[in-house]
Formats: sequence, structure tokens, C-alpha cells
Amino acid sequence: MSDSNLVSTSSDTEVATSEQFSDPGVPEHKLRLGDTDPKAAKRSERIVIALFGLSILGTIGMMAAYFGLPQDTSIAGVRIQNLTLGLGLGFALLGIGLGAIHWAKSLMSDHEVVEERHSVESSPEARAEAIQKLQDGVADAGVARRGVLKGAAISAVALFPLSFAVPLIGEIGADWNISKFRHTVWRRGVRLATDPTNRPIKASEVTIGSAYHVIPYAEDIDEEVRPGSHAWLDEKAKAIVLMVRMEPNELKEEDDRKDWSYEGIVAYSKVCTHVGCPVALYERQTHHLLCPCHQSTFDMADGAKVVFGPAKRPLPQLPITVDSEGYLVAQSDFTEPVGPSFWERLK
Amino acid sequence: MTAAPAKTQSSAPTTKAGKAADYLDQRTGIGVAVKEFARKVFPDHWSFMLGEIALYSFIVLILSGIFLTMFFVPSMGLTTYHGPVATMDGTQMSEAFASTLRLSFEVRGGLLMRQIHHWAALIFVAAMVVHMLRIFFTGAFRKPREINWVVGFLLLVLGLLAGFSGYSLPDDVLSGNGLRITDGVVKSIPIIGSYMSYMIFGGEFPGSDIIPRLFTVHVLIVPALILALVAVHLVLVVVHKHTQYPGGGRTDKNVVGFPLFPVYTAKAGGFFFVVFGVLALMGGTLSINNVWNYGPYDPSPVSAGAQPDWYMLFLEGSLRLMPGQTEYVIGGYTLSLNVLVPAAIIPGLLFVFLALYPFIESWVTKDTQPRSVLDRPRNVPTRTGLGVAFITAFVVLVLAGSNDLIATHFHMSINTITWVFRFAFFIAPVLAFWVTKRICLGLQRKDRELVLHGHEHGRIVRTEAGEYFEVHKPLNEQERWLRVNYEAHAPLALDEQPYHEDGTKNRKYRSAKLRSALSRFFYEDRIEPVTLAELEAAHHHEPHEIADGSDESRQQLS
Repeated sequence: MSDSNLVSTSSDTEVATSEQFSDPGVPEHKLRLGDTDPKAAKRSERIVIALFGLSILGTIGMMAAYFGLPQDTSIAGVRIQNLTLGLGLGFALLGIGLGAIHWAKSLMSDHEVVEERHSVESSPEARAEAIQKLQDGVADAGVARRGVLKGAAISAVALFPLSFAVPLIGEIGADWNISKFRHTVWRRGVRLATDPTNRPIKASEVTIGSAYHVIPYAEDIDEEVRPGSHAWLDEKAKAIVLMVRMEPNELKEEDDRKDWSYEGIVAYSKVCTHVGCPVALYERQTHHLLCPCHQSTFDMADGAKVVFGPAKRPLPQLPITVDSEGYLVAQSDFTEPVGPSFWERLK
Repeated sequence: MTAAPAKTQSSAPTTKAGKAADYLDQRTGIGVAVKEFARKVFPDHWSFMLGEIALYSFIVLILSGIFLTMFFVPSMGLTTYHGPVATMDGTQMSEAFASTLRLSFEVRGGLLMRQIHHWAALIFVAAMVVHMLRIFFTGAFRKPREINWVVGFLLLVLGLLAGFSGYSLPDDVLSGNGLRITDGVVKSIPIIGSYMSYMIFGGEFPGSDIIPRLFTVHVLIVPALILALVAVHLVLVVVHKHTQYPGGGRTDKNVVGFPLFPVYTAKAGGFFFVVFGVLALMGGTLSINNVWNYGPYDPSPVSAGAQPDWYMLFLEGSLRLMPGQTEYVIGGYTLSLNVLVPAAIIPGLLFVFLALYPFIESWVTKDTQPRSVLDRPRNVPTRTGLGVAFITAFVVLVLAGSNDLIATHFHMSINTITWVFRFAFFIAPVLAFWVTKRICLGLQRKDRELVLHGHEHGRIVRTEAGEYFEVHKPLNEQERWLRVNYEAHAPLALDEQPYHEDGTKNRKYRSAKLRSALSRFFYEDRIEPVTLAELEAAHHHEPHEIADGSDESRQQLS
């Protein structure tokens, strides 16, 4: 098969041919065992047949598993079904694939074929003809002579997508009222309740060192946003709070926030100020709160300031106090938007 | 479809297959296509299968995806679950999550299809990435294939989008948190961020629109675009004909390999079944994304050590590495560079580099010839170095996306790991570039050495004069051709002056200067291939060779 007429095209053209290495051509074809030994060829054929046979067995096995296995919807039962069906399907497919490839590699001709590559570009004549045809078309349409018509056509085509895009953009963001980012369902007197059991929490039961995952108590918020409604998920996404208690003397508080805590109990938004993950890992010894998504670390003893990681701002604090029955309640909504930053956050 | 060649002449076919072919050809003219394509030649190399893996995983994704759509309910409507998963019994959840449980537990083979689908998605993106690396390192993107590189790049982007939209569909806690991160990233976009968030979620996060919207993106828009671009990708491969590795008889003007029918029909067709079979075994034996352990989406819980699918890790790592100090308030408006830079700008730069690379290289090379013989990576040291630097940056980000797992598995401080990666992101790619380029140049020198002096033979011979030397065995002509048949591009000279002769500024000067500087960066260090004259000179100086290991090695000594 060696084709010694082929000349390299990739060396610099200035160098005379005699100073270049010449292309030795396609390497000599090596015969396979099966090409010379009919026994080896026969053996390959038997392997291919066996592989196709394996595929048939795989399909049968899959069918047997599908119809034969008991109806068992426990996790273990489903695992067994999954394993047997998967093995059956896998062998059914692998048998065909490996059989075909072995057939091609061991029995089909392995003589390399040389094919000419043609230039991708059109011939100069074809190009000239194409340009001529386009010019003829333009001339036929008479665009050049009818400027106003051209302008009208372009304007109409440019404008019509508006009738598709405007309703789409108008409706896709529902009411587009992004001021909802600023408010949560927390307000004066809403009791702090455990998440997800929704049980109001008394200040007396919160021991020093403990951390509570907190949601607003269902009975204190509007009916249409209570747990079980769809709006609840939207509200919960903003209203989740992490509450911890420490020794009051461990707490560093800004002067204007001295009355936002209650006897060492502080409550902060659980929505990370980075990109909004729930900040959930509290380390009692250091009072550090770690976001498991991107490791922003907040110091709960010091206004939830960022001590490490990609967040910039402290977690917003929920001002709390106790009501007449001793339940922890919010004094108001958060005083700033919770969660990740957005462009008009401070506006 | 290739049962028999279609007849174009008037002689009536007699066989059944012949009649069928005749019927078809009279109505479609398929004979011409069969004649053209049946014996089309494809070169053989294992690395040419990488793209095939991507294509076949995509077909598996479509097949298993069709199965899943029969049972999945893309709705965020709330329902109370009653079913075989005891831990979830009585839990309120979305229809999407409930139907995911149902199709996993109550549809026989449903879990298998779900797991095959997920594994196929991971392999699909992985195969595309590795295929792209093969194209990159062998220079297969050069003329005339630049456009096909861009098509492939778009396919990769669409693949990421397909994976992301699909991952979120079960509406479990993990994928919901992924969406929440998306929401946070979108909100960081200046001016329109808040409105973009409303646009995506149909109001506030999570709302009740995102799952149906992602479903449409996942099963209609993205697959349709992928299918269309795959078609363009493959048509262009046929138009260009496949590239081939360098070697004897292989030139830019021919293609050496095996015919489509029957060899490649069997090999490539068989390979589809192998890919599908391996994915089926993976789906059957390796469990993935057991959503019943996570539970339905709830904005409150999150588990430590959660990882996105591998192709999203680089974004996650990028977010983790960025220090938070870079959020600024300007005129009352908040600019969150701590989110924007890692989630949009850094990935943007990496992707733009990928998309534009063929055009950059061709600009600094001024190579106008169509190239169908692949480069050996060592012969283009700067490109190879840039590729390895790119991979290094990507790997640093991927590792940073797993910094919590590294910390817990190796008992290291997460803060230290994060700081190490912050520096590594800038330093490691530069080091990787430099080391790779040096290795390439070293390998080229080794090639020169081999061509000039032959293989070391291990046999020491003493001459009559008492001189010792090691006998070298010259390369055979195939070995030699592989090592001398390449072009070492030289840097482009700066052929523009800053001012014209009349003293006016030359507008072309700045771009020409940049071009020549970049060209120097690419090609200043280069190893020229051995020329015939050099080889002859070497032979003249060093007669220490044997032909074919014959005993007689003491040749004329000067």
C-alpha cells in the first residue's frame, strides 16, 4: 500500500527538494495472525459469535429481571432491581458493541486506503457565478432604485420582534416589584419558633451555647403566607433566622443595638450575604458561624461580622425581646434587606 | 441503507434488495450519496473516539431522557407524599420531587434510567472537554476548521447549560441550594441584576415557575440547539475530512485510513453500544444523586460537604476563592465584585480565551495554508504550554470548589487551603506554562538528537586505537520522517513604522506591534527540525553507527 509518490507539503518551499527528507510513504502493511492463519481467523469469528451471544443473554436476563423480580418498593428491593436490570442492559449492549468492534478489527480488511483531500473553497468560476447571481437578484429586485421601499422593509422587519418580545418580557418577571427583597414577614410581636416544627420558643428554655434554627411562628403571620401555602416558601427563604445564646459579657454590641438582644440571646438572618445559602454551621467555642457553600465565616459574638471568606457584609440582625408570656418575639422586621447584595440594595 | 448500490442505469434490478434500492433511488437520488459516502476514508486513532463518546452519551441522554419525561411532572405545585419512601411519608413537597421519587421507586427501571441519565450527563461534558483538549493540543483547530472549533465551543457551553438545568429539576434540597446560589449571582449583576432574578424565577426566589421553565429549557430549547449544532459540527467534519496524525504518507492533501463501510460502520456503531453499555453498567451499579436522602427543597437546611456536578465545581471554587472585601458601594449603589468577578468575569475570560484561541494563533502565525496533518504537541511548545496553563487554572478552581472536602479528609485548615489556592490560581498556571514549554523544547531536542545520532544501542566498542564508543542505531525512515516533518514557525517581523514618511501617524502600527510581540512570545524559542544536510554532516563526523544491529560495527575511523 505504500504510496511513494506523496510529497510533503509542509516544509518550506524555498529549500530545494534534494535537501529535504522525502516522505517514506504509508508504512508497510503488517498482516494479522488471522490473515495468514485460518485457525486464528476462525477463533476470532467464534469470539465475535460469543459476544453477540452474550448480548442475547443480557437481553433475556433483563427481561427475566423485569418480569421475575418481586414487586418490592423498599430501598433494598429497588436496588436489587436496579442492579439486575442494569447488568442485563449493560451486557446486552456491550455484547453488540464489543462483537462489532472485534469483528472489524480482526476479520475485516485492515488495508489502509488513501483518499485525496479536495480544497474546501469554491473554484474561482463558481465564485464569480455566485456573485453574478446575487448581483442579478439585487438588480431584479430594484432595491437600489427604491430607497424608501428598502427603508420601509427594513423598518418593518426590525420592529416586528417587539410584538413578540414586549409581552414576553412584560410578563416573565410577574409584577417586577423588586422592593419585595426589602421585606420579610417578621414584624413587631411575631414569635420566634423552631424550624421546622413551628413551636414558639421561650427565652427561659434557651441554654447558653445552644443554637436554634428559627422561623416566624405560623399563627403570628398572615394566613396566606403560612406554612403549607406556596407563598410560604418565598417568605421562608427570606425569614429564616439563626439564634444563639452566649454569656452576655461575651457579646460585643454596637451602642444602637444594645437592646436588640435579650440576655445574651441574639438572632441573625440565616441567609448568607454572599450569594444566599443558608448559613448553618455554628461553632460554639468560637461563636463562629460558617456558610457550608462558600465558607464565609461570621462572628456571632461581634455583630455577625465577616471574619473569613467571600462575603463582605455582616448578617442582618433581627431585633428581639420577650413578650409578657416569656416567648421570644421580634421587635420589628430586619432593618436592612437580607441575603445577597443587589444593585439598589441601599436605595 | 447501504444494502445495495442504487442503480442509475436502465437495467431493471432483479434481487429484492436491488428493487428496494431502485425504488428509493428513483424517489430520493440516494445513489449519489451512497456512492460518495459509503467508502469515505476515516483515519484511525484512539483519540478520535473522544468526540464519539460525547456524541454517543448525548444519544443516550436523549433516549433515557425520553423515558424520564414519561413519568416526571415538572411542577412546583405542592403535594403531600404518600409512597414507599417511609422517611418522606406525609411530607409536603413539590410535584417535581414527588414524581422523582415515584419514577425512582415505583417505575421499574426508572431508577436505572435516572442514574444512566445522570452518569451520561457527567460523561457527556467530560468527553466534550477531553475532545476539545485533543483538538487544542494537536492544532486541529487550524484552517479550515476554526469555525468548527467555535461550533464545538458553543456545544460545550450548551452542554453545561443542559447539565445545570437538568440537575435542578428534581427540586431537592441540594439542587434548590444550587438555584439559590444562581439567584445570588444573578442579583450581583449591576443595574439589571434584581430584574434578571425576577425574570428567571417569575418573581421572588424560589417562586413557582422555575422548575417548569427549566424543564422547557432542558428538554426542548437546549437539546434542539445541541442537535442543530451537532449536525453542523459533523457536516463540517465531512466537508473538511478528518485530520490525521503525522506519519509516512500522510499529508495535508490526503487522508489515510479505513473506509466508512464496513470498517467504521462496525467500529463506530459498535462503539456506540460500548458507550451505552458502560453507562448502563454505571447506572446499574453506581448510585448517584439519591434525592430521597436529601429531601424536597426547603430554603432552610443545607448540608456541609455538598458538591455540584463536576463541571460546575470550577464556578463554585471561583466563588469560594474571592475575598469578600471587594464589594463596593458607589453613589449608593452596591457593586458586588466579590460575586461578579469570580462568577462572571473569571469564567468569562477563560471561555473567551478558549473561543478565540484559533484566531489568536492564526493571527500571530500568518499561516494561510489549510492544515490537516496534526501537530505533535511538543512541536508547538507555546500552544502546549498555554493549554496546560489553562488546565492548571481550571484544576485549581475545581480543587478550590472542594476545599471543604480537602479540609475534612486531610485534616487541614480550610482558611489555609483557601489562601494557598488564592495564590495558586495566579502562580500555578504561569509555572505550568513555563515547565510545559521547557519539556516540549526538551523533547524536540531529544528528537533532533535521535535523528542525528540514532538510538542508543547499549553496546560499547573499543577500536584498535583503544578508543571507546557506544554504537548507535540509526532511525528507520518512518521514525525519522515523524521527527523531521514539521514546521518551526518563526516570529513575525515588525514591518510597520510608527510614522508615515510624511510624518503622520501610522494607524496600523499599534496592532502590528502587538502582533509581532505576541508572535515573538509564541515562536521566539523554537527548535528547528533536522535538515538532510545536518544529518549528513552528523554522519560524516560520527561514524559510530551500525546498520540493523549487525556485528560489524567497526567502520572506517578517521
